[in-house]
Amino acid sequence: MEKQKQSPIIQLKGLGKQFKTSNGPVTALDDINLEINPGEIFGIIGLSGAGKSTLVRCINYLEVPTSGTVIFEGVSLAGKNDKPSLAERIVKILSGSAGQAVKNSQDIRRARRSMGMIFQQFNLLAQRNVLQNVCFPLELIGTNRKEAQKRAEELLKMVGLEDRMKAYPAQLSGGQKQRVAIARAMATNPKVLLCDEATSALDPNTTKQILGLLKQINREMGVTVIVITHEMSVIEAICDRVAIIDQSHIAEVGKVSDIFSNPKTPIGRQLILGDAAKKVALGTERQLRIIFDGRESSEPVISNLVLACKVPINIMHAETKDVGGKAMGHMLIQIPEDETEANRVINYLKTVKVAFEEVR
Amino acid sequence: MVWDATTWEMLKTGIWETLFMTFASSAISYLIGIPLGIFLVVADADGIQPMPVLQKMLGVVINLLRSIPFIILLILLIPFTRAIVGTTLGAKAIVPPLVVAAAPYIARMVESSFREVDAGVIEAAQSMGATTWQIIWKVLLPEAKPSLFVGAAISITTILGYSAMAGFVGGGGLGTIAINYGYYRYQTDMMLVTVVLLVIIVQIIQESWMKVSKITDKRIR
Repeated sequence: MEKQKQSPIIQLKGLGKQFKTSNGPVTALDDINLEINPGEIFGIIGLSGAGKSTLVRCINYLEVPTSGTVIFEGVSLAGKNDKPSLAERIVKILSGSAGQAVKNSQDIRRARRSMGMIFQQFNLLAQRNVLQNVCFPLELIGTNRKEAQKRAEELLKMVGLEDRMKAYPAQLSGGQKQRVAIARAMATNPKVLLCDEATSALDPNTTKQILGLLKQINREMGVTVIVITHEMSVIEAICDRVAIIDQSHIAEVGKVSDIFSNPKTPIGRQLILGDAAKKVALGTERQLRIIFDGRESSEPVISNLVLACKVPINIMHAETKDVGGKAMGHMLIQIPEDETEANRVINYLKTVKVAFEEVR
Repeated sequence: MVWDATTWEMLKTGIWETLFMTFASSAISYLIGIPLGIFLVVADADGIQPMPVLQKMLGVVINLLRSIPFIILLILLIPFTRAIVGTTLGAKAIVPPLVVAAAPYIARMVESSFREVDAGVIEAAQSMGATTWQIIWKVLLPEAKPSLFVGAAISITTILGYSAMAGFVGGGGLGTIAINYGYYRYQTDMMLVTVVLLVIIVQIIQESWMKVSKITDKRIR
């Protein structure tokens, strides 16, 4: 099913970020090009230090990129640098702040209000109760108190915390805190929700609930969700598309089902296949990786293969998952060394259109 | 010495003058110190509104003022005091030098309280499009409140300690009584009484501010 091509809500073009450190410049991001479509859940995955947190902060200019542009709804965030007045320029030169004002300019603040953000450490205001926390972004834009409270109550109902409105963050569990953070991020009706390792501090069960909530928000409110994580399970659970980031570069981008069934880069294999990628080298006989991409999962592929080819098959490793309602996975099998028998297996797999690759 | 009504009257005036010097100069010092402390944090090179040159300059001035011994400052500032209060004697005359000594100190105390505010919370406010002023008013000040109260307990008791030095330049308060009677006239009992009174006042100030800090802190369950 081919969706009609929409114009992306966020475009990153040649994005780069260098940090100046005492040991010289460090490149956190280099030539990042991404397009994120409205309404999708887009995942960005990478190992620690790959640059994913810097990347998400560049999207709302909490970090100012050193090269390239961020285009939000067709408008570049860096674009219209309002000319400073003479007085402002003098103050800037005197104070040594020249060149740094862009970080919090009016245009960027306006764009940020269209992008909610949640964090690994929740970042709630400790001295405000739950209701006041959710009201906070509304106070910032000058919504009157009654209206703000009404909106906050609605949101807290949505995240299932209507009975904890007067509690302070210190009295909440991690999952509850993240729910408050989500309600707070959604208060101003943003078009995009940025999630920076939002479930990394939570236990598996709570993670599942929070991911469910994010999916619900995406579906019901039409919000584009960008998920940063180091956990493949998070991507599997909710993302439509994923970008794998490695050593400051985008290694792979694509639909989650495609990347899962056939990771092309070493980092993609490492993240998706995990230890199975290494076991390959140990086999003395020929090995094949059979890829399940949702269609063949209902039929007994291996049994049919054995019956049809009359060869012994050894299953080395198998992993199947439910991704977006489809069964996904891969299986490592050993096939006989004998050339004719091996060819029989390969030909059989080709004729029944099971995706596979030979691994050594 | 004889403990009669005049002695008690003198001590009562001493207590009153000590409290007046301490709280008047604390209040004025905080009025100056809080904005300076905010500036030190906000204008830092990696702060939310970086102005590193001005920030460094202010830091140097603060350090300069803090390195002058208070007793020297008392004497150095005599002309300044006369210009402002009209006299260089009595409790009132001690307030200007106390403020000059305490404001930079308080600026540093306030700075350290603000630096304790979780950087993640500030980042969250920025991600919502908060302006620098909104971050100061709605994030830094309220989130640092308990720490500011603890800082106030330390600062005010320190200022009280400074005020006791006023006796050397004809100031007022319990310190003056201790010096004039206890030190110059060898009346050990008077010295003891004033010191005990000072101890009690310090205890009360310290404990009550700590209590205020605890009551207002919502981080405690």
